[in-house]
Amino acid sequence: MASIVADNLTIEFPLYHLGARSLKKRLLSKAALRVRTDDSNRVVVSALRNLNFTIQRGERVALVGSNGAGKTTLLRTIAGIYEPVGGELTVAGQIGSLIDPGAGMDPDSTGRENIRLRGLYRGMDEAGIAALEEDAATFSGLGEFLDVPTRGYSAGMQVRLSFAMATAMAPQILLMDEWFLAGDADFMQRAEQRLAALVNGADIMVIATHDFEIVRRWCTRAIRMNAGRIVADGPVAEVLDVMQGVVPAPQPAG
Amino acid sequence: MQTAALPTYHTDARNPQRKARAMADLAAGFVSWRLAWALARLDMRNRYRGSVIGPFWVTLSTAIMVAGLGLLYSQLLKQDLATYLPHLAVSLIVWNTIAALVPDSTTCLTSAEGVIRQLPLPLTTHALRCIFRNAFSAAHSLPLIAVVFLVTGHMPGLEAFMVIPGLLILGVNAFAASLFLGMICARFRDIGQIVTNVMQLAFFMTPVIWRAELLGPKAPLLLLNPFYPMLETIRAPLVEGGMGGLTVWIVALLYTALHCGVALAFFIRFRSRVAFWV
Repeated sequence: MASIVADNLTIEFPLYHLGARSLKKRLLSKAALRVRTDDSNRVVVSALRNLNFTIQRGERVALVGSNGAGKTTLLRTIAGIYEPVGGELTVAGQIGSLIDPGAGMDPDSTGRENIRLRGLYRGMDEAGIAALEEDAATFSGLGEFLDVPTRGYSAGMQVRLSFAMATAMAPQILLMDEWFLAGDADFMQRAEQRLAALVNGADIMVIATHDFEIVRRWCTRAIRMNAGRIVADGPVAEVLDVMQGVVPAPQPAG
Repeated sequence: MQTAALPTYHTDARNPQRKARAMADLAAGFVSWRLAWALARLDMRNRYRGSVIGPFWVTLSTAIMVAGLGLLYSQLLKQDLATYLPHLAVSLIVWNTIAALVPDSTTCLTSAEGVIRQLPLPLTTHALRCIFRNAFSAAHSLPLIAVVFLVTGHMPGLEAFMVIPGLLILGVNAFAASLFLGMICARFRDIGQIVTNVMQLAFFMTPVIWRAELLGPKAPLLLLNPFYPMLETIRAPLVEGGMGGLTVWIVALLYTALHCGVALAFFIRFRSRVAFWV
């Protein structure tokens, strides 16, 4: 059964190319909380600090919190991009990532070539790539533009292509950085249906977002993060009502 | 349902299993070699986008260099042009390949930053991509060797097939260098500059345009230069009508083993940190 289990999960970003000692000092004195020096005297930013959570099959989890709270870092960690420096993480299930849908696109290649490239990035075989090409080509509705280098696309066309490619999957665990919708009215409607099917088809969704409307509409659980820590974890209404000031916070997070 | 079939990703900082993960990275990278191949082909195409003769600029510039240097240095070094030219052509093409690959490998991870931080791909893929694109580029100079051999009437014998293990040694070293230099240059940005300088010096220190024999009794000292045996295992079967001697092969294999050992140790230890370095 698909699940995500984090036990004391910790990620620290080293700040390497700082150079001058004075800069290091200034930085350390200013933000004593998250920026610190580690055992080998490097300056590190604590991106995620001792996170504990279990996400079970069927849960739709929203990661909420201000910029720099660690939401995207957590998504990337779950996706296997950053390996934790502390704690344990177990992710069971095939991951589909909408963290940066445009990653790995080559602007000098045509739309069709980019779709095939995406298939290779995902490790698909020839049949899988052909299916992906068919699916993404049809859904994007780009027609003859599919054989034009994407450099020549309008911004809207680029979004359509990357949306069509990125959503042509059926993962068990769906990771999303911001609700991913764009395009003109007609495309938006089709995109919404497709995204809904993707979300409903996944066993687990984890989305980082600032849009509370999306959270209330799609999610069952909200994890509120602040400065790399989990400050609240519970049903959407509970967490969001506190955040939006509908009800007062039970305890100031300390 | 199908609990056992689920792909599971597990990391535990107290038991990082670095070796197993590094091996899995290598295996996954080689299995998906088609991705590296496709990316390398795109690199080649994009590099020469809009150019009329495209990658054949490599051929052309090598041809001009072989002709120019051949005429001059055969006089300076008092060599017979007909025997010197095949030597020079093979040396220069192999050297140009090495000299293009090494600086390229120093940026093979930093230039893939966008992908490394967004997609969980094996690092091996980026190293392979670097090797493939340099191999494509080098392949464009190969006809030149045939032309020079035809013009000078040089005909290598059956021992020319020993060039295959020679190229293999070069390929293995290229892979080790891509991983090792790629990683270390992601962490320490000054190393790339140092490497560029070292390669310039190495061109003059390695018998590319001159022959090892010119050193006389001191020639064995050349074996201290790792580039020499590497070059010789490819050049000797094609040009010198021999295999270059057993010593050269043994030394080449020793350097390769050492190189791979260091690169692998570094890769095992620091692979997981690369996403934070780039």
